[in-house]
Amino acid sequence: MTQKILAAHAGLNEVKVGQLVMANLDLVLGNDVTTPVAVNEFNKMGVDGVFDKKKIAIVPDHFSPNKDIKSAEQCKCIREFAYDKGIENFFEVGQMGIEHALLPEKGLVVTGDVVIGADSHTCTYGALGAFSTGVGSTDMAAGMASGKCWFKIPEAIKFVLTGKMQKWVCGKDVILHIIGMIGVDGALYQSMEYTGPGVANLSIDDRFTISNMAIEAGAKNGIFEVDDVTLQYVKEHSTKTPVVFKADTDAVYSRVIEIDLSTIKPTVAFPHLPDNTRTIDEVGEVILDQVVIGSCTNGRIEDLRMAASIFKGKTVNPKIRTLIFPATQKIYLQALREGLIEIFIEAGIAVSTPTCGPCLGGHMGILAKGERALSTTNRNFVGRMGHPQSEVYLCSPAVAAASAITGKISSPEEVM
Amino acid sequence: MFKGKAIKYGNNVDTDVIIPARYLNTSDAKELAAHCMEDLDKGFVGKVKDGDIMVAGKNFGCGSSREHAPLAIKTVGISCIIAETFARIFYRNSINIGLPILECVEAAQDIEDGNDVSVDVATGIITNITKGKTYKAAPFPAFMQEIISAEGLVNYLKERTEVK
Repeated sequence: MTQKILAAHAGLNEVKVGQLVMANLDLVLGNDVTTPVAVNEFNKMGVDGVFDKKKIAIVPDHFSPNKDIKSAEQCKCIREFAYDKGIENFFEVGQMGIEHALLPEKGLVVTGDVVIGADSHTCTYGALGAFSTGVGSTDMAAGMASGKCWFKIPEAIKFVLTGKMQKWVCGKDVILHIIGMIGVDGALYQSMEYTGPGVANLSIDDRFTISNMAIEAGAKNGIFEVDDVTLQYVKEHSTKTPVVFKADTDAVYSRVIEIDLSTIKPTVAFPHLPDNTRTIDEVGEVILDQVVIGSCTNGRIEDLRMAASIFKGKTVNPKIRTLIFPATQKIYLQALREGLIEIFIEAGIAVSTPTCGPCLGGHMGILAKGERALSTTNRNFVGRMGHPQSEVYLCSPAVAAASAITGKISSPEEVM
Repeated sequence: MFKGKAIKYGNNVDTDVIIPARYLNTSDAKELAAHCMEDLDKGFVGKVKDGDIMVAGKNFGCGSSREHAPLAIKTVGISCIIAETFARIFYRNSINIGLPILECVEAAQDIEDGNDVSVDVATGIITNITKGKTYKAAPFPAFMQEIISAEGLVNYLKERTEVK
């Protein structure tokens, strides 16, 4: 499927694994950490303007609302660049959200697109049947100037999904289960392709979460077969025309892995790698200091609804700092209208404007030495959320909510 | 040809330990280099000498797309990285900024911390001077060698005026 999308964007009828192709880009993305470096490289190129003012998106989401003077300077740099070059999709604080939740919501990415972003979680849009992958700032600069990027055609691993997830299990548990199985380099240089009858049982938000963490298995992208759920989402959010690519029935894969969704249990990744997973019944006693619900992985409306269904009428453990980050303004507003924000505040939770914030140890919830957080984010590397001697455990919104109430890593069933 | 002492690390060295996000509120290469590898090896910046060669296991540079990671390593003085495998975004970024990186399982496993090593990027020949052994990595395709010798993609493109 990935091969077909890349071939079409390179003007070729077919491509082979390992072939280098120059592909036309439908969108180039950057944030407030990566874009300043790209602006510097862009200026060195000596080109006048960007290839297409509509096909570039710049989102100041990492250290904004500006956390300090240096961050403010970085945001100023990209704001001035965006205005100077007439870039239409620059999202200021107040309109911005976490980039990978924002772009599909704004209809900027649709089925069949090729997207590069100077952020490793750009692979999120595979949920829509698009090819999207993370690159660095220099590739972003070259992409903004030329509208093109070179790619090496990847091999693919096929995941055949069957069955339906149990109660309190969601897309996050599925992807943590998969990363635990294949390892943090299990899909290195490869594409992860999801197909099978189980796909129909995954909501679009579940799919975004699963595609989002493809990079945590080393993959180039994580892409879902397109169905009515995908096309309905695209229709509701975009005026762009989706182009559906389908894998050939005799397509060759490096591996085929079958996964019965009904057998997956709530799963937690222990420090300091996302593949260090245990199911909830194997966790033991892990006392917490902080719980975070949000990020490009799990800050969407379904995630907030799942958390609210557990928090309703309860309060968090008084020793725990619980933080919730709706991923976009639209999600925030919807959560407000549905009464979810009220549930969170009554439970004793701090609710924040959208930002990547603590996920990468930026701001808004940094850990001290020896502290321990349970988080719905995507990485638990050494020092990821603060002090090098702090710890991050990764889980679903349901496990995070239950654990905020008990004060230690807990199954939702313990509190419901 | 590069020559220097090997500084060796293990598997899955991630971009957060190469350059922690708390320092990403700047893109100044020298400021970034001052914190390179800080969360994994506090003594790194103090001991690294110009030309030294970093050696590691599998999946080097996994995690974030931050180009600040290879930039910090290059600016601190590392001439070349040898690993069993690299994470793909890190690989792209290193080539794009003109930092040579070589995949060679045998060299990555056999070279020990402190060994004197030389690397010929054009041929992919890695020599362990201390142990008197040589290893062979796949050489870069011609266009990648040209990007590296142009000190990165931007200069390479400028030289060819491919970007219009």
